[in-house]
This record gives sequence, structure tokens and C-alpha cells, in this order.
Amino acid sequence: MGGYILKRLLAAIPVILGITVIVFLIMSLIPGDPATAILGSYATPENVEKLNRDLGLDKPLVSQYFIWLGNMVQGDFGRSFSLNRPVLDEVLERFGATLILAGTSLVLCSIFGILAGVISASRQYGLADKAITFVVLIGISIPSFFLGMMMILLFAVKLRWLPVSGMYAIYGGGDLPDLLRHLAMPAIALAVVATGVIARLSRSAMLEVLRQDFIRTARAKGVKENRVVWRHALKAAMVSIIPVIGVQAGFVLSGAVYIETVFQWPGVGRMLVTAILTRDILLVQGGVVIVAACYVLFNLAVDVAQSLLDPRVKI
Amino acid sequence: MNAGAFLKLFARNRLAAAGGLILVFVVLIALAAPILPLQDPYAQDTADKFLRPFSDGHFLGTDHLGRDILSRLIWGTRLSLVVGLVASFGAAFFGSIIGIVAGYFGGRTDNWLMRGIDMLMAFPYILLALAIVAALGPGLTNALIAVAVVNIPFFARNIRGVTVTLAHKEFVDAARLSGMTDIRIMLSEILPNVLPVIVIAMSTTVGWMILETAGLSFLGLGSQPPVADLGSMLGEGRNALITDPHASIIPGIMIFVIVMSVNLMGDGIRDALDPRLRSGALTRPMARTLVDRDAVPEPPANPALLDLQDLRTEFRVGNRTLKALSGVSLEVRPGECLGLIGESGSGKSVTALSVMGLVASPPGVIAGGAVRYAGQELLGAPFSELRELRGNRISYIFQDPLATLHPLYTVGDQIVEAIQAHRSTPNAQARARALELLNAVRIPNAERRLGDYPHELSGGMRQRVGIAMALANEPDLIIADEPTTALDVTVQAQILALLDDLRRDRGVAILFITHDFGVVAQLCDRVAVMYAGRIVETGPTDAILDAPAHPYTRRLIACVPRLGEGRRALHAIPGLPPAVDDLPAGCAFAPRCDKATDACRTGEITLAKSAANRAVRCLYPEGDVA
Ligand code: SF4
Repeated sequence: MGGYILKRLLAAIPVILGITVIVFLIMSLIPGDPATAILGSYATPENVEKLNRDLGLDKPLVSQYFIWLGNMVQGDFGRSFSLNRPVLDEVLERFGATLILAGTSLVLCSIFGILAGVISASRQYGLADKAITFVVLIGISIPSFFLGMMMILLFAVKLRWLPVSGMYAIYGGGDLPDLLRHLAMPAIALAVVATGVIARLSRSAMLEVLRQDFIRTARAKGVKENRVVWRHALKAAMVSIIPVIGVQAGFVLSGAVYIETVFQWPGVGRMLVTAILTRDILLVQGGVVIVAACYVLFNLAVDVAQSLLDPRVKI
Repeated sequence: MNAGAFLKLFARNRLAAAGGLILVFVVLIALAAPILPLQDPYAQDTADKFLRPFSDGHFLGTDHLGRDILSRLIWGTRLSLVVGLVASFGAAFFGSIIGIVAGYFGGRTDNWLMRGIDMLMAFPYILLALAIVAALGPGLTNALIAVAVVNIPFFARNIRGVTVTLAHKEFVDAARLSGMTDIRIMLSEILPNVLPVIVIAMSTTVGWMILETAGLSFLGLGSQPPVADLGSMLGEGRNALITDPHASIIPGIMIFVIVMSVNLMGDGIRDALDPRLRSGALTRPMARTLVDRDAVPEPPANPALLDLQDLRTEFRVGNRTLKALSGVSLEVRPGECLGLIGESGSGKSVTALSVMGLVASPPGVIAGGAVRYAGQELLGAPFSELRELRGNRISYIFQDPLATLHPLYTVGDQIVEAIQAHRSTPNAQARARALELLNAVRIPNAERRLGDYPHELSGGMRQRVGIAMALANEPDLIIADEPTTALDVTVQAQILALLDDLRRDRGVAILFITHDFGVVAQLCDRVAVMYAGRIVETGPTDAILDAPAHPYTRRLIACVPRLGEGRRALHAIPGLPPAVDDLPAGCAFAPRCDKATDACRTGEITLAKSAANRAVRCLYPEGDVA
């Protein structure tokens, strides 16, 4: 097992390097003088000259890349000029908030998606199946940012159950119940689409599995039908559901950008949008690399979970 | 499938058709925007800002600058649709080029291109889009480029997959040999064949792309004021969400409607193109076979252990009915081994599965007859009673133990489960019992094997596990459905010997399903021969082997390889068994029978008693048995 994880970790290195190459190439598309673009309104001649020296911007593209990579490996992602603090500090702080939001959403959509999918499949063409299919269809069609706004109107403005925005109350609060109250709406709004997708795929994965011979064997043994569905079939279906959850994690992370904007959640997504609008290039660059690298590691964890579940996967 | 059939299927899916209609309507209105009597979408009138819907002169009200929302909505929809479509075409164009080139050339080219694609896919898609917008600067064109780029990998992957399978087809090789250039082959031979895949991929992504560009605009990274697509209308409306919600609700609903109708249509297209859905192959079997019968036959005077009475099982697919069993009657007495023999398609397995309601349903339906265990009728019994008998009093051994054992549970757990399904045995005790069972079926190293997964065992060992599981609750009857067919000859002999011993030691009755008279000869006391869903001959094994009465039985026996002669006479029975949806009148065997007369082809032929304990369904039985 340990060897397997190590092998996967080593295999992740080229992927992460690839990510840095792609980000680097994209950033080299910036029109005009890069130092001026990065510094924006801070572009005094001294600043431009210092940045050129730090990032090797006067050197050829290839050496620029390696200087940049070398800096990142040492934990130096540059400095955000609009915030006047190191990019890494800012990104890590914001990323924590995003993880709370996206992580909660991922848990929600996994649980409810799988539940809905299993119930739907085990009552195929029944009332529950039709109802779930319909709700799922609406769920995957509604833009999360619009849903979020409608939830604000209903739950925060009209019913006054939940706070409109933010992660903590400005005065007081800051404890767990306060966090949960602020988290509820954005986490649900963010989870809806992914729940629908997971429900759909769980349903078809379950239908696929329920036709297998080993399900007939379980029934021939006299195993209770609930157990046939929730243990035998679901366990086998999980083999194809887990990768879907891995993919959905990417979508949840992406959706977080919108939801953080709608609910003014202090996460990395909103940070990126603001950074783009204020042309804080280094902050965008660092944020994208760090989050994408974490996503690669998360997918690695999904693969490991997959291999733990399925003894047939060669470790 | 031709276009007409496709449209019909598509229309039958009412939701998909509704989605299509809505989409057509929205597209038409968007197209007609320049000629509709709309107000200027940019005309500001701050005195009339945030008018509510249905105000005078502003059907949907006005926004924060007093601009007419209806007009902006229609122009915005037009813009969103265009941007989504262009992004979709862009992604399809570049993705297809990459996919076709990678798939066509293979090797290095393929490897490098796909590596690059994998790298792109390693990003959560929006990060990539944000990075591109960050580099190029906010703006609708740049947002469009970003969304298109992010979707290229999806197309590249799909198209490459199809191209790889095409690249080595004869017509491509032929084109290559005829000296066509690679580019021409890709354009004239490959492209037309992958076009449907491209279209399907586009239909599933265009909704996404509309949504994504709207999203970027919503964030302020797409269309810039005063031009507005649906996303930026929503984004602008958000600033006054609480005071004037209509300015956000209206564009929001529009996005929802578009995406939903595209999704509905996409689903409809997918369903119409998926043959598995039409054939009903994607339905899941229920916990027991459906029973739909008019009358229950009278119970037999002296019930055996298992009585099948006039059992009729059908498969109902669409409006066709396949009669798999047309009235099967047989009995199994305690401790006896009955062989049920026939070619594949004769209905022998359906008979076996019908006993405990394990015929996959849908499409299977038991349309008549009765199944009685020790006199108790099972087809009409409540499910809980049936389940209580399954694996407890009557258990099954199936053909292919790799498919019939759960791949993700250890064999120990599966046996323990069989025990605990019927008794509340504590875990440790059940485990000890499982070990005992593995020893009883002569699995070496049983202790260690308990923790193995099915794929770690050999075929013979797996089948022994299957047998151990069947024995778990000391059943009265084991139904063995071709348990040795998937195994090689030596292992087959061992398994048969094991079953024979178990039967003698434990007095368990066996209903043994097979196509091999050699196996029947080794194991069974009596035999029933099935053909086309009916029993054509029954009797004691020895008597039938000595002097088969039915011409079909005689031929089956002739198929058995004798020692030293190898496999012989595989073609001893000319022709194929008839399809069960097209049974001839009279004797179903007539088309393959060399004694058939006109009398054989008319009227029902009954299963008539021919000698002591024997019966045959034939007008001209063989030899002196008649
Ligand atoms: S009934 Fe006629 S056709 Fe049928 S098996 Fe007997 S002889 Fe042959």
C-alpha cells in the first residue's frame, strides 16, 4: 500500500510540472511588457527594474520558467502588489476558507447524490424514481450563482433564517455555530449541481450492477433486499461512483468561484476574480498553481480510495 | 437508424420534445431581435430606474439605469446563445483536430498530444479559464476563448477514441495503399465517420458553454458594459438583489430555461441513440420474477419435495412475447438427483431460475403454472416467505463463479452472509461454520482462503466456494445450473465427484441442469430432456441412456464423447433449436427430425407414458420402447 501511494505521488510530479508549464505559457500571452503588466499602477522605473531582475524577465522564456519554478519550489510565489503581501500567505489563508466551503459541499453532494441515485435505481420507473429524475434535471440546469441569489432572497431576506453573506458575523460570532449558519446556504447552493450529476451517474451505475450475476447470487442466498441494494449493489457501484466524485470535486471547486462571489465568502475563488479585475497577475498565477496542484493531490487520494475498495486493482 | 425513426423516438420522449420546442422558440426570438418592436436596449432613463415588471411601456420593467429589461433580455439571450455556440464550435474544431491527428497517427504523436490534454484536464476547469482571462484581460471575446479552450480536452479525448478504432479499418488501409495523403485520408475517410460523435459531443456541451460564458460575465470577466449578455445582466442585477430582485430574477430564469431545454434535448438525443435503452437492457431485475397467471393448478395428490406444474415463463420485450417455457412439469423427490438436459435456449436454465423467482424481471414473467416446495405454493407466496426459503431450504449453484460471486467481498464473508441471512449466528460461530464448509468442499488451506477474494482463486476453487455457500444452511434441494460448464475437464470431474459425495452423505436432493449427457450419466437418478421450452422425455437415467425414446434424446446421447474418441459428432444434430418466439405447430423438433411426418406438424403432441416411470412427447418413439 505504502509503495503504491509513493508510486502515485511520484507520478503526480510530472502532472504538477505540466500545470506550471501551462500556467507559465498562458501568462506569457500577456500583451506588452510583463513587468509593467504585473506591477500595474505600481510600475515605477525602479520597481520594473527590480522585478525584471527577480523574475528574470529580461532573459529568454525557458530560463524565465526555471527561475519562476525555482522560486516556487522555495515557497516564493512573488508578492501581490495590490495587497502588498506575499502571494503564498494570501492564497493559503483564502484557500482554507474555500476548502471549508467546497469540502462541505462535496460531502453533501456525495451523500445526497448517492442516496438519490440508489433510491432511484432500486425503484426504477416508480414514482420515487420519476420524482428524483425530475428534481435532478432541474438541479443540474440551474446556474449555481442564480440559485445562490434566490436562496438569499428566500432564506435571508424573506424568512430571515440565515445571514446574507460572509463567513463569520462581523461583530461577535466566529465560533462553530456561527460558521455553520454562514456556511449553510453557500454550501447547499454549491452542492446542488454536483448532487444532480452524482445522482444520475449513481443511478446508472446501480442499474448496471443490479443486472449482474452476483446480485442474483445474493438474492438466491436469501439476503434481504435492502441489503442486496445497499450493500452488495452499492459497494460494487461505488467502484464507478468514486471516480465521478473525484471529477465532481473539480466542478465544486470551480463552482466555488461563483458562490464565493455571490455570498462574499472570503475564499480563493473570489480572491482570483478580484485579482483579475485589479490585474494582480502574480496573485492569479500563484493562486492557480497552488489550487491546481492541490486538486491533483486530491485526485490521487481518490485513486487510492478506489484501490482500497477494489481488491482487483493491482497495487 | 434512419432520420425518421430517430425523430419518432425523439418525439416519443415528451420531455425531450418539450425541451426542443422551448429551445426553438427562444432561438427564434433571439434571431428575430432586430426586427422585433423592441426599445433601444441601451437607452438610459434614470428617472424610470427599477420599474417593476408590467409597468407602462416596460413589460418586464427597467434596470438600474432605467433601461428596458425585455429588450435587454432578448438582446442578451441572443448574445449568450451566439457566444455559447461559437465557443462550442471552437472547442469542437480544435478538439477534433487534436483528436483525429492523435488517433490517426498513434504512437509518439498520440502520446504527446494526449499527455498535453491530460495536463489541461488536471486543472479544475475554471482555474484554467480564469488564468486565460487574467492573461488576455476581461472581455467577452477573451471569456469565449477561455471557455472554448477549457472544453477542448473533452472533444479531443472523445474524437481520439473513435478515430483510434477507425484508423485500422480496411477502408482506411485501402485509402493509404492507394497513395492518398494523410491529410486527405483524415478529411475524406475519418472525418465523415467521426462527425456524429462530434455532433453528440457538441449537443452535450453547448449548454455548459452557454452557462460558463454567462458565469464569467456574471463575475464581470466577460461582456463589458453597456453590452450585456444574460450573465452580466444577472451580475448587474445582483447589486440591487434585495431591493429590486426582478432585475436579477428575469435573466436568471432565462439562463435556467435555456440550459434546461438544452439538457432535455441532449438527454433525448442520447436516449434515442442508445440501443440499450430501447431493448430494455438497462432495466434492473426486481427482487423476484413477476407473476401474471390466471389460474393456479390443483395441488398434486402426493406432493414431492419440489413440484413444477405446467410452468409457463415468458419474456416480454416491447410488444413481443418470447415463450421460454410452454408448460413444464416435473418433480424432485427428497434425496434424488434429477438431471434436466437440453441445448442452450431449450429453457432449462429458465426452469431452474423460475423455481425461486430468480428469472430477471423485467423482462421475465411467469405467465402460468405453479411451483410447490413440499406442497407449499411459491409463486403466489409473499416475498418474505420466498426469501426465507431461498438459500435456506432450496439453494443454487450457478454456472460461472467468477461472475456469480461478489468481486469485492472475501469468500469468507460471502459464506458467512449466506448463513446469517437465515440464522442469527454470532460472527465467530458463523466463521467457524464457513471454515467447516470450505473443508467439506475440500478446499486446501481453507483457513487462509476465507480471507481471499474470488479473483484470487482458481475456477475450480471458486466453484467449490459456490457449493459451500449453497450448503451453508443444510438445504433440502440444490439447484445446480450448469455448475461445471465453465471449468476444464479434470476440475469438472472433481466437482461432480464432490457433488455426488455430498448428496450421498447429506441426503440433499439435486436438480442438475446441463447440456451434457455424460454428466447426467455420472450423477443423476432420473433425467428430463428439454427441447424448445418443453420436456420431451423423462425417465430413469439408465433406461434412457440404454434406449432413448425421443429422436432428440437419441441424438443428444450420440453427442457424448466416449473415452478415447475425443470430442466427436459435434454436428450430430443438424440445424438449430427453434427460436422460442416462432415455435412451429406440432412437434418443435420436426424441422430437425428425420422421422417427421405431416402428422408431427399439426396439433399438440402430449407427453405420454411409454414404459415404467418413463414418458415421451413423440408420435413415433424410437425402438421397442413404444
Ligand atoms: S413427433 Fe415426429 S417430428 Fe417430433 S420427434 Fe417425434 S417423430 Fe420427430
